[in-house]
Amino acid sequence: MAEIPVLKIGDSLLVSIQVDMHDRLAMELQDDLTNRIVAERARGVMIDISALEIVDSFIGRMLNNIAAMSRVLDAVTVVVGMRPAVAITLVELGLSLTGVQTALNVDKGLALIRKAIGGQEGALGRREG
Amino acid sequence: MAQRHATIIPRLLAENEQALLRDWVASQKKSGALGSGQISEAELADNSHRLLSALRGGAATEQFEDVEAPVWDQSRTVLEEVSRSRATLGLTPAETATFVFSLKEPLFALLRQEIGKDPDRLAEEIWRATLLLDKLGLYTVEAFQKNREDIIRRQQQELLELSTPVVRLWEGVLALPLIGTLDSARTQIVMESLLEEIVTSEAEIAIIDITGVPTVDTLVAQHLIKTVAAARLMGADCIISGIRPQIAQTIVHLGLELGVVSKATMADAFALALRQLGKAVVDRGPARQEV
Amino acid sequence: MAKRGRLVVEKGETIAVLSSDDVVRVRQAVRARAIEAGFGIVDQTKLVTAASEIARNTVDYGGGGTLLIEIVREGARRGVQLTFSDNGPGIADLKTAMTDGYTTGGGLGLGLSGAKRLSNEFSIESAPGKGTTVTLARWKL
Repeated sequence: MAEIPVLKIGDSLLVSIQVDMHDRLAMELQDDLTNRIVAERARGVMIDISALEIVDSFIGRMLNNIAAMSRVLDAVTVVVGMRPAVAITLVELGLSLTGVQTALNVDKGLALIRKAIGGQEGALGRREG
Repeated sequence: MAQRHATIIPRLLAENEQALLRDWVASQKKSGALGSGQISEAELADNSHRLLSALRGGAATEQFEDVEAPVWDQSRTVLEEVSRSRATLGLTPAETATFVFSLKEPLFALLRQEIGKDPDRLAEEIWRATLLLDKLGLYTVEAFQKNREDIIRRQQQELLELSTPVVRLWEGVLALPLIGTLDSARTQIVMESLLEEIVTSEAEIAIIDITGVPTVDTLVAQHLIKTVAAARLMGADCIISGIRPQIAQTIVHLGLELGVVSKATMADAFALALRQLGKAVVDRGPARQEV
Repeated sequence: MAKRGRLVVEKGETIAVLSSDDVVRVRQAVRARAIEAGFGIVDQTKLVTAASEIARNTVDYGGGGTLLIEIVREGARRGVQLTFSDNGPGIADLKTAMTDGYTTGGGLGLGLSGAKRLSNEFSIESAPGKGTTVTLARWKL
C-alpha cells in the first residue's frame, strides 16, 4: 500500500501529494494509480499539488508518466492547486507538462474532468497542458 | 620603520571627550555638515558623540588598517545610520563624508598638544589617525551610495508594480492592460500579479491587452508566451488583445507564434471571454428611440 | 567574513548529498538561506528548484557528493551561491549534456540546462574520471 492515499470521487481518483517525493514513493504512486484506474474504472485522475513548494523535472516526469498511463487507459489527468511561484518557475525551467490539463482547484478540476469525459466516445479534442 | 609606540588615541578620546566633541561639532558646522539646515545641531552632536565612543573602543585594539574588522563594527554601524539619514534628506556624499573628515582638525590639535615635543611619535599617531579616518570617511561615502541605490531600486519597484494593475472585468474574467515596454523584469512582476489575482478571483480567463506596448519583437513575444503558459498552469486561458495592424504584420514577418487567440480590441476579447464562459449580453426591453 | 575576488562570503554551510533523503535536506537548507538572503518567494522557488535538479544529478549520476551553500555579497547586491561537487565518473560530453532534453524525457540534460535557466550565474567543470563540480548563483537585486 502506497503512503500516498488515493480517494475516489465519482468516477475520478483524487491524489493529494503532501510529502517530498523520492524515487521509491514516486514509483509506488504510479503503480498504485494505474492499478486503481483499472480497478475502479476511473475516467479521471486529479493530482492535487497545492502542498508542493517546488516542482522539479523529476516530479514533472512523474506527472507526465501518470498522464501518459491514464491516457492509455482512457482517463483524463488534471493537475490542480499549483502555486503561483511554482508555475512561474516551471515556465522558466522550460518543463512542459504534456498531456496534463491544469485547473485552479479540486472543484474546477472535477468540472474539467466532467466536461472532458462528457464528450462523445473517442472525442480527442483536448487542450494540452 | 622606527619602534612602534602604543597609541595614545584611546586615552586622548577618553580624557578629552567633551572638548573634542565641542570642537568637532564646530568644525563640522564650519565645513557644511549641517547641509542647508536639514540637520539639527542636537542630532549632529548625538551622532558625533556615538561615533567618538565607538572609535574609542576600536582604537584601543590598535588595529587601524582594516575597518572591516569586528572591532570597528560599532563605528561602521554609526556611520551606516548617519549615511542613511543623510541620503534620505538629500544631502550630497561630500556633506556626509565631512562628518568623519572634520574630526581630523580637532584630533590633530589634541595630539600636537600632547606629544608635539616628540615629532616622530606625533607623525606616527597622526598617520594612524589619518589612515583610520580616511577609511571610515570612504566607508561613509560607500554606505551613502548604497543607500541611494536602495532608494532608487525601491522606487523603481513601486513604479513597476503601479504600472501593472490587474482588473476584474467580470466574474471569472481578468484584464491586464500592459503599458510600456515588456522586459524580463517587468514580465516577472506581471506574471506574479496576474497569477496571484487568478488565485484570489478564481478567474478562468485573462485578457492581456498590449495596446500600450510600443513594439512586439521576438523577446517581447517570448515574455508574452511565458506569461500565457504560467496562467494556463493555474487553470486560466489567455486572450491577447490590442493587436495593432503594424503589430500583426511584425508578428507574421518574424514568424512568431503566440499560441493563443488574439484580438484587435479589448471589447472583442471581452465578448469572446463571455461567450467562452457561456454567458451572453441580452436586451432587456424595447430600446429608446434616440440613438 | 571572507573575500574571494569581488565576492564577500557572509556565511557558508556544507551538506552531504548522498541519498534521496539528502535531496530533501538540500531543498530545505537552500530555502532557509534564500530566505535569509532576503529573496522573495519566486526567487526562492527558482533557486530551490535549481538546487533540487543538481542534487538529484549528484546522487543519481555522481555517486553522491557535497553541497556548499554560501550567502554572498558583491558590491550592493546579495545572493546565494551553491557549489555541488562529486567524485563520480564525470561527464564526457558537456555540450550534449547541457542541451535541452526535456522532450526526450530522462538523462542529465534535463537537470543541467534547467538549473542554468533558473540561475543568474552557472558554471560546470567535469571530465571523465575527474568528477563534476557545478556552481550556480542567484542574486537578489
